[in-house]
Amino acid sequence: MVELVLFVIFALAAVFGAVTTVWARNPVYSALGLMLTLFSVAVFYVSNGAHLVAAVQVIVYAGAVMTLFLFVVMLVGVDRAENRKENLPVQRPLALGLLVLFGGAVLVAGRFAWVTGPSGGRAREGTAEALGNELFRRWVLPFELTALLLIIAAAGTIALGMFRPGEEGGEEDEGEAA
Amino acid sequence: MIVTPGWYLALAAVIFVIGASGMLLRRNALVMFMSVELMLNAANLSFVAAGRALGVLDGQAAVFFVMVVAAAEVVVGLAIIVAVFRRRATASVDELSGLKG
Repeated sequence: MVELVLFVIFALAAVFGAVTTVWARNPVYSALGLMLTLFSVAVFYVSNGAHLVAAVQVIVYAGAVMTLFLFVVMLVGVDRAENRKENLPVQRPLALGLLVLFGGAVLVAGRFAWVTGPSGGRAREGTAEALGNELFRRWVLPFELTALLLIIAAAGTIALGMFRPGEEGGEEDEGEAA
Repeated sequence: MIVTPGWYLALAAVIFVIGASGMLLRRNALVMFMSVELMLNAANLSFVAAGRALGVLDGQAAVFFVMVVAAAEVVVGLAIIVAVFRRRATASVDELSGLKG
């Protein structure tokens, strides 16, 4: 019963936040809507027994990633109105038609029991201990690979940040790909 | 009424479609990135719900890896947006036609 009430409330919040993210003219409102959706998804994680994942969701997504997004929104400028004129004439109708089709297909497909498996037992709680056992035993090699991925991403970002337009000695504006 | 994992999967589908619509319909690179985050979160939600239905923790482990990839993607993507903005003073993907033949 509690889960039903929580589901209804936060499902509405998540969908509202998602629609706000897509439709808001101001990117700051988009970021706030996205934050609402991220928090709602964290609540769903908790009601699915994924406690550690919920904590990481709030810390990493709602904390770090949203801070980064808002920082860039402020840097790029919020008062700059987006040009909503569509250059491709069929893009919007085609996109909406495809989306309705896709959403209907996914919802219809969801009515079949795709989620089948050996054990339909009760949910396992995603405590830090259980998930740590999973990550550091079975998935330890992919886990180390994510560390490599993060280092590469950080190095690439630093390389992008070191690049300044006009410091490379007289190249033309169009030429170099940073 | 009991909330079954199917409900969560349906909600994840809805959020994913909204994110995909943002990707297709918006022209602001920042909003397109946020739409990608929406889609990733919808996928994460379906991972967790399916893992609960099966009674395994693999779904939650997968969510961890998706989060790491998403964080790396956001860092690099936002750096590219800032680099483009310094050069062109725009975040609209329609105006980035420098590679057009």
